Amino acid sequence: MNADALTGSLAAAACWLATGVLALVPARRAWFARTLAFPLGALAGLALAGFGLDAIWLPAARMTLPLGLPGLPFHLRLDPLSGFFLMLLGAVAAGISVYAAGYFRGEQPGRLALIGLQYHVFLASMALVVLADDAYLFMVAWETMALASYFLVTTDHRRPAIRSAGFLYLLVAHLGALAILLCFGVLHGGRGDYAFDALRAASLSPGWATAAFLLAFFGFGAKAGMIPLHAWLPEAHPAAPSPVSALLSGVMLKTAIYGMVRVIYDLIGGVRWEWGLVVLVVGAGTTLFGVLYALMQHDLKRLLAYHSVENIGIILLGLGMSMVFIGFGHPVAGALGLVAALYHTLNHAVFKGLLFLGAGSILRSAGRRNLNEMGGLIHRMPRTAFYFLVGALAISALPPLNGFVSEWLTFQTALQSPVLENGVVRSLLPLFAATLALAGALTAMCFVKVYGIAFLGRPRQPAGAEARDAGNFERFGMAWLAAGCFVLGLFPTAFLLMLNRVGVSLTGHGLSEAALESNWLWLIPTAPGQASYSPVIFLAVIAGTVLLCWVLVRRFYHGRVRYADPWDCGYPEQTARMQDTADAFGQPIRHVFGPVYRMHRVLPSAEDPAPRYVLKIEDRHWYALYLPAARLAAYLSAKVSLLQRGRISIYLLYSFLTLIALLVFVR
Amino acid sequence: MSNAAGIAFQLLQSVLVVLAAPLLTGWVNQCRAWLQNRSAPSLLLPYYTLARLFHKDAVIAKNASALFRVTPYVLFGCMWLAAGIVPVLATGLPFAPAADIVALVGVFALARVFSALAAMDVGTSFGGLGARREMLIGFLAEPAMLMTLFTAAFISGSTQLTTIVDTLAHREFAIYPSLAFAAVAFLMVLLAENARIPIDNPTTHLELTMVHEAMILEYSARHLALIEWAVAIKLFAYVTIGIALFLPWGIAPAGDWSGLPLAAAALAAKLAAAGAGLALIETLLAKLRLFLAPEFLSTAFLLAVLGMLIHFLAIG
Repeated sequence: MNADALTGSLAAAACWLATGVLALVPARRAWFARTLAFPLGALAGLALAGFGLDAIWLPAARMTLPLGLPGLPFHLRLDPLSGFFLMLLGAVAAGISVYAAGYFRGEQPGRLALIGLQYHVFLASMALVVLADDAYLFMVAWETMALASYFLVTTDHRRPAIRSAGFLYLLVAHLGALAILLCFGVLHGGRGDYAFDALRAASLSPGWATAAFLLAFFGFGAKAGMIPLHAWLPEAHPAAPSPVSALLSGVMLKTAIYGMVRVIYDLIGGVRWEWGLVVLVVGAGTTLFGVLYALMQHDLKRLLAYHSVENIGIILLGLGMSMVFIGFGHPVAGALGLVAALYHTLNHAVFKGLLFLGAGSILRSAGRRNLNEMGGLIHRMPRTAFYFLVGALAISALPPLNGFVSEWLTFQTALQSPVLENGVVRSLLPLFAATLALAGALTAMCFVKVYGIAFLGRPRQPAGAEARDAGNFERFGMAWLAAGCFVLGLFPTAFLLMLNRVGVSLTGHGLSEAALESNWLWLIPTAPGQASYSPVIFLAVIAGTVLLCWVLVRRFYHGRVRYADPWDCGYPEQTARMQDTADAFGQPIRHVFGPVYRMHRVLPSAEDPAPRYVLKIEDRHWYALYLPAARLAAYLSAKVSLLQRGRISIYLLYSFLTLIALLVFVR
Repeated sequence: MSNAAGIAFQLLQSVLVVLAAPLLTGWVNQCRAWLQNRSAPSLLLPYYTLARLFHKDAVIAKNASALFRVTPYVLFGCMWLAAGIVPVLATGLPFAPAADIVALVGVFALARVFSALAAMDVGTSFGGLGARREMLIGFLAEPAMLMTLFTAAFISGSTQLTTIVDTLAHREFAIYPSLAFAAVAFLMVLLAENARIPIDNPTTHLELTMVHEAMILEYSARHLALIEWAVAIKLFAYVTIGIALFLPWGIAPAGDWSGLPLAAAALAAKLAAAGAGLALIETLLAKLRLFLAPEFLSTAFLLAVLGMLIHFLAIG
């Protein structure tokens, strides 16, 4: 039975690969890619989600495929953790694929065929990353994923900005891959083979274990977009076509979380609390930094990309707390933190996928990404507006939607801190909870800005007035993910139990007895009387009151309405340009958090004949880290180029010296 | 506690809070008028205002969307939920576990987001301005509120408001320095969240200063009535949260009909004192410049965090 789930997942991944290849033929008209490829991909995604869901409840299954290099077959393994991430990948990819079926319909044949290939190879490689059970296959799948996504990011490769975004992405991806490779090397330690079983069995000294942890944390962190390795993310995500952005942000970042959990909890094992503190500090920085920069953006997709940075930070906060608790020997609280982190991983995949799809529909119909040129889209695109609202409320961690549940669980984890023996760490955990609370409120502000500027108010540009709602495929894709936001938000217990199973398979410990007895109505993470939450009652009371009020007001009074112009405060000429802009909305934050930003502002003087207000906000990391690193790299390569003399005799001398050196060392 | 009695208590409390909330607003206004040497309006004036608004025809801007019309009802629903969760008269209400303190803060956040969105719906410059300012206040007030509640949660080992109140009401009398910090922080948050002086002035329509009023400028008639009513319930809920956390004595356990009169009398006395105190604060303080609001609220946030740390130092 459990081998079936593994075979089935492999078949689904193979189906993606086959769809990708088929998308190429017949290349001239790209008939297959236009009609069947994406719906087929969605079906394969659904199947994969089903198999993954199945695997969560089954013992781990293994398989060895006689592929790859001689003597190095591919090892595959499907355990609850892989099953959970396969479910995430399959379910979110299904929605995005349906959307893509509509979105890419109008592409030119050649481009469409290529997108079809890359898109499905990308999906299949992510499934393989999750299924891999040896370092070799893992790295192959990881790099395939990086390359496939690189080509997807550079779909519009004729624009130089997109080429450089793609280059930056590839660079950081490879730095990360290098760190991961080194981490596997440390775990391997020169013994045995590179199967995960052998790595798991290796016993490392604390120093080497910490080295392996740091390599894995920063290697996977580079892919996940944590600071200071996030710089590629706000460049690459907006560059890609919107369904691809949704995949990158919703799913690919999660493979990095998968890798982090897999390597730290499973392969290295013996989690130490000091590691947890490192993760917490980086996570807190990432969370705050992400949301503060998101507030400054007016490009919708860039803004969403910065929110991905923020949400990765929230996931890291949960993971870090879990590691602290496990390190101090409180596995039950540790399991709660892990559950919270993984729940947020799933939630973020769903709502961020949804938001990027919504951004794609706006881009498609209004032709704009700049918030300052939008406005009033709720009248033109009411359905997209509704789905986007669901996503916006979910990401703002508002009950009863899904973002709230996982943040709530993270808070509950932080509130377990009195069990810790170390007084300093005990009082540190609530500070991280404070960070999370601040970030949550800032996110709400940011999405009021996004929604208020883009969908509400009046159109700021004529193009916005002619926008049309998304097509059927696109709407269905968004509806699928929006439904996910509701299901994950309203019935959290089912997912809590699933994740508990994942936690047990990883750490050997699960949540408390009381938590496992939560039913569909009540979510109880630790003990009754300590904390509980019932999203269904929550929603029912609000919805019931709304309905009751509506009926009562009409019963006792009336429902008469008159329509009039908005109140103009006595100024007759109210134009759409007098509305708030995205930049204006962020102005208070700029004022309060000034030192965080690198700001360049030019204020026109009173006598200026052509007054122009310029404001440019840049990421401080560029100047503090990336540009110095780039200069260092240029300097070093200039020094290395001294070796290149261009004379054959010198090169022969190099060969000769190398030979001597080899003879000395390899006796 | 039998289930039926619990549900009866729950319904009684929800209805009572919703009906009594405008009375608190009226009382605060009356006290303020006395303190400012004006002749006071009737205690029931908020009710008359609501009735008058309900009778009027709603005037809605031509380009308003459905969101604009739904929002007053959503606000009212959120506040009703909050009123049902907070232990006003009794602890151990059957619906109270549906939302703990984090979810309670979430309800207020939900209401805030909806009112800010509705403010931006018509597309006037005032609406956007109000929404922006409201979110500015909210992003600091919300975490400060959460940290205040966390301090109480750490003391009682629970995030359920009803358990917290039970623990705090039945403890030995001892002064918790952490709770003192939390109380000051909570008071500051209460002022900010309920659009009172020194953050906002509920009686002004001056564009330079208004926050909450700017958001609801486009509303009229029944929509405005629902919003005003929701605002009154919000003030009531905040004051009762403060009472529940910092002065919980006298509260009845759910289903205990004999304890109810005492609980009601204690509540009335505490509410009257709190309302008078609020009026005093509003009379003594002047409104802060808008950009001092973040400083005011970050002070509240830091005080709350400090209270939490002190709790850990005291036990550790």
